[in-house]
Amino acid sequence: MKWSKKLEASSPWILLIFTLLLWQAVCTVFSVSDFIFPSPTKIAQELMQYSAIIGAHAWRTYWVTMAGFGLAIVVGVLLGFLIGSSRLAYTAVYPLMTAFNALPKAAFVPILVVWFGIGVGPAILTAFLISFFPIMVNIATGLATLEPELEDVLRVLGAKRWDVLIKVGLPRSLPYFYGSLKVAITLAFVGTTVSEMTAANEGIGYLLISAGSSMRMGLAFAGLVVVGVMAMIMYELFSYVEKHTTAWAHQGSQNR
Amino acid sequence: MMSSKPFVEFNSVWLAYNDELLAKQQFAVEDINLEIQSGEFIAIVGPSGCGKSTFMKLTTGLRRPTRGLIKVDGEEVTGPLKISGMAFQAPSLLPWRTTLDNVLLPLEIVEPHRSQFKAKKAEYEHRAVELLKRVGLGGYERQFPWQLSGGMQQRASICRALIHEPKMLLLDEPFGALDAFTREELWCILRDLWTEQKFNVILVTHDLRESVFLADTVYVMSKSPGRFIVKRDIDLPRPRDLELTYTSGFADVVHELRGHIGALRGSQSGTPTQGTGTPTAT
Repeated sequence: MKWSKKLEASSPWILLIFTLLLWQAVCTVFSVSDFIFPSPTKIAQELMQYSAIIGAHAWRTYWVTMAGFGLAIVVGVLLGFLIGSSRLAYTAVYPLMTAFNALPKAAFVPILVVWFGIGVGPAILTAFLISFFPIMVNIATGLATLEPELEDVLRVLGAKRWDVLIKVGLPRSLPYFYGSLKVAITLAFVGTTVSEMTAANEGIGYLLISAGSSMRMGLAFAGLVVVGVMAMIMYELFSYVEKHTTAWAHQGSQNR
Repeated sequence: MMSSKPFVEFNSVWLAYNDELLAKQQFAVEDINLEIQSGEFIAIVGPSGCGKSTFMKLTTGLRRPTRGLIKVDGEEVTGPLKISGMAFQAPSLLPWRTTLDNVLLPLEIVEPHRSQFKAKKAEYEHRAVELLKRVGLGGYERQFPWQLSGGMQQRASICRALIHEPKMLLLDEPFGALDAFTREELWCILRDLWTEQKFNVILVTHDLRESVFLADTVYVMSKSPGRFIVKRDIDLPRPRDLELTYTSGFADVVHELRGHIGALRGSQSGTPTQGTGTPTAT
């Protein structure tokens, strides 16, 4: 019993190590060129060798992503609150938002460059544009799916719509909110990286492009690994916050 | 105890849920006439979807009647009354609040408690703890609803309906989802609370034994159209004990009511009534 729990807890690491070993084995056995598909050891070497450069680019990508993500939280929560609490706003805004969400955000980058020039602006905005949608939808869903009986219990007491929203709607949508943060943060990294690839002279996206154009595949892969690791750490962080602030939502029984 | 002036008064009340249904002359409830004395315990029985819950919404002012007049405590009902408490079949407690905080919720909303909630918090908490003790939930104040059983959640839900000392308690099939033993236990708790505090109770239920055991007056409602067809005074002596439910006098009353509901069904299958799709929120 205890043993199987331990296995479960360490399973992601075991899988990671297994994948790396397999990757290394394939590269070694078939002697794949590092220019085509670098082995894990090669990537690790590049990571070590250029750690200062990669670190600087990673830091840039990180703070740009967090700025866009912060903006996404503010706008997503406000819009979600608006369309979740008013039927009219929901009907009016939702179709437009869905259409907007279907647009490839990479296509916005050239436009943003025209408006804001090369640099921080387009990257922050791309991260924001790609990540506010799930936050907005989740807040709105949490507010809009209130049980009518619960609302009646409060309205009978003379509660205003605002009371119901504050006492019930908002706490109730918190688990949805944290759930959406986990999705949104990974999307935000995608947005930043994509934007940096064409519209920046700094950041992991820029590093990927310049490493690729000089055939330094090891370095390019090292950049990818760094983005993946950053996104995963942030995901785990929000996962932790979610578990410790809305434990009640994971108990199940009450809401059938 | 019985004053001459009724506490709740329905004067030929009709309700159609929207204009479309009104145009089709489909009413959720029709021609409801009713007088409830102060402190009276009434029960409404009838088949599902007969407009029992609609009746509750009308009484609390959550819905305005299409026609007719509803008066509570001598005044016409024009919006949600703040003198009532409600409990439903689903306990609908807030899972992020402890049992105690769930019970305190109405005090955070209804005046005059709302504005003094912070100042008098200790006093209110004490009141809530006492009430929880009263229904057998002493020691569970700090537990969360999902840590309680269904019956315990329902007790907490009833406490929440009573914490602001409402003049009127509305119960919509509150014991419907509980097992028979828990249900009988809660009947007794409700009986005792009512005997002590003498608030008005309107109990909507499917369970004829429940209605006869608890109520002063039982109304039988028909389905589409939702009308009161029988008013039955229950003159069984109080205080009533669970033993009473096994006596022949009790069984006779239950049987008689069952007969009315049976007749109702028979007549319906015989003569098809117009408007089968009347929406009633039960």
